Amino acid sequence: MASGNQNLYRRRVWLNRWNLAMSLLTMAFGMVFLIWILITLFARGFEALSPMLFTQMTPPPGSEGGLSNAIFGSLLMVVVSTLISTPIGILAGIYLAEYGKNGIVASLTRFINDILLSAPSIVIGLFIYTVIVAQVGHFSGWAGSFALALLAIPVVVRTTENMLRLVPNSLREAAIALGSPMWKVILMVTLKAVRAGVITGVLLAVARVSGETAPLLFTALNNQFWSTDMNAPMANLPVVIFQFAASPFVEWQHLAWAGALLITLAVLALNIMARVLFRQAAPK
Amino acid sequence: MPTTASDATILTPPDSVPIARLQPSPPGRHFASVGWQDVLFEKTTLFFALFVLAMLVAIIASLVHGSIPALEEFGPKFFVTNVWNPVTHQFGALAPIYGTLVTSAIALLIGIPVSFGIALFLTEMCPPVLKRPLGTAVELLAAVPSIIYGMWGLFVFAPIFADTVQPALQNTLGRVWLIGAMFQGASNGIGMLAAGFILSVMVIPFIASVMRDVFEIVPPVLKESAYGIGCTTWEVVWNIVLPYTKVGVIGGIMLGLGRALGETMAVTFVIGNAYRISASLFAPGNSIASALANEFNEASNPIHLSSLITLGLILFMLTFIVLACSRLLLAQLAKGEGQET
Repeated sequence: MASGNQNLYRRRVWLNRWNLAMSLLTMAFGMVFLIWILITLFARGFEALSPMLFTQMTPPPGSEGGLSNAIFGSLLMVVVSTLISTPIGILAGIYLAEYGKNGIVASLTRFINDILLSAPSIVIGLFIYTVIVAQVGHFSGWAGSFALALLAIPVVVRTTENMLRLVPNSLREAAIALGSPMWKVILMVTLKAVRAGVITGVLLAVARVSGETAPLLFTALNNQFWSTDMNAPMANLPVVIFQFAASPFVEWQHLAWAGALLITLAVLALNIMARVLFRQAAPK
Repeated sequence: MPTTASDATILTPPDSVPIARLQPSPPGRHFASVGWQDVLFEKTTLFFALFVLAMLVAIIASLVHGSIPALEEFGPKFFVTNVWNPVTHQFGALAPIYGTLVTSAIALLIGIPVSFGIALFLTEMCPPVLKRPLGTAVELLAAVPSIIYGMWGLFVFAPIFADTVQPALQNTLGRVWLIGAMFQGASNGIGMLAAGFILSVMVIPFIASVMRDVFEIVPPVLKESAYGIGCTTWEVVWNIVLPYTKVGVIGGIMLGLGRALGETMAVTFVIGNAYRISASLFAPGNSIASALANEFNEASNPIHLSSLITLGLILFMLTFIVLACSRLLLAQLAKGEGQET
């Protein structure tokens, strides 16, 4: 009897050790890929990194060049999409947290928003293609910006609502008791109290859209030349990377790696910045 | 001095203001004068909330509209025929649907146990100092743009996969009866298995963070009681934590599945882009998203275009259903949590 218990005990202990070791291993598995990808990017992107990247335009096959037009196009489209999505996202978030609460419209919107948050980005590209590109007959920077904005809106809505819900009701009541109308309470008291959190949401949205390739394929497409015309096809880093990486030309592949390094560093930096900002300023 | 004026107004009401105004005013007139701003603001926020709903309706409507020509041409057999010929204008969606489902299934098969392990590590084993940095590192894995996964997958991962993993699988699982056929064929690193594997790395952060979050809502007293009667860490997680958070865990898995189904760029690089249904997972295939990424800009024929949009519609409906289930499950967990506290 005693040895039976002993065996059972030993088996349980070993099962525990084995599973915990496995758990440690899975953690290592995840980290290995993150580190592996970063090392690859640095190793291959660094050698292609040069000042030319920022001063020269994307070259024709077989010659040297840079990514200046793509970097500019990406920045422009991300900025425009942020300008579109931020007010829309914040206002919709305000409705969910301050007015709609648990009403049917708010619940439904929240549910749909959460789905759109993870909806495939390529479908958003298809949508903008059918409603804008196919109608006006050409690819454009505007279409690209709209596609990115549609991807950013759900992120901003979600974080704005979450943040506003953290504001204690006593703060609202205090402001209302002073006689300020509801819109002033929301804009100048509650929203201000969670400013950092809302900015975090915007930063996360920027990080999310700046690496997106799929929605730009059918909307902004690409442009070999320097273009500031939002009505024309516009060069952008992700699509350039996609085209250059899959090409047989060595110079193009080098540029693709350099672009990949730039974009990943930008996205990771934005993510880390958002987290740090949030941690410092979030209401406890 | 600016203060005097305001002080005066507070201390001595001007003659023009009748004393009655200082008593609580009847709600009607006073509020009506500023009320319109409130109403305007509320309606504006409502408008943008409805805008989010309108987005969904517009997406579905435009995709349905775009897919009508193809559906009229091919009818329901569009979904079950395996043909994709832009030259003869014959299209059927079976191969991309098959590819999407198989790669996602592989991603979950690898992703679920790994995510569970990571969540277990982060909630039960991790030293508190490392909890935050490691948690953030896992989440950063989700922040890496998918095109980066694609490039890395094609140029770095695929060659190594072809040289080591694929021969190993062929020599072990490839000899097993029934499933052996899945691990046969040329191992060149490009194909359904490679795509599924890379997808698994991409969905792990999503599943793992949901699992970690739901594991952390388990009331400590439940775990402490189990530890108190002598359970090992594993027994606590397997018998207490997991049953308690079952719904949330499934929700997290569905969220990962939703991500995997729609993932585009990473899959496009490594899946091989062949409209083929093959028993072997080593063979190249195609997913809905990769078919769209590769062909959409080259499609000039209206039927070809419409067939691609129909693929998009199928993808959107699939992910919609999966993500809706995920949200409903997670909401159910949150509700249960609210009632018990």
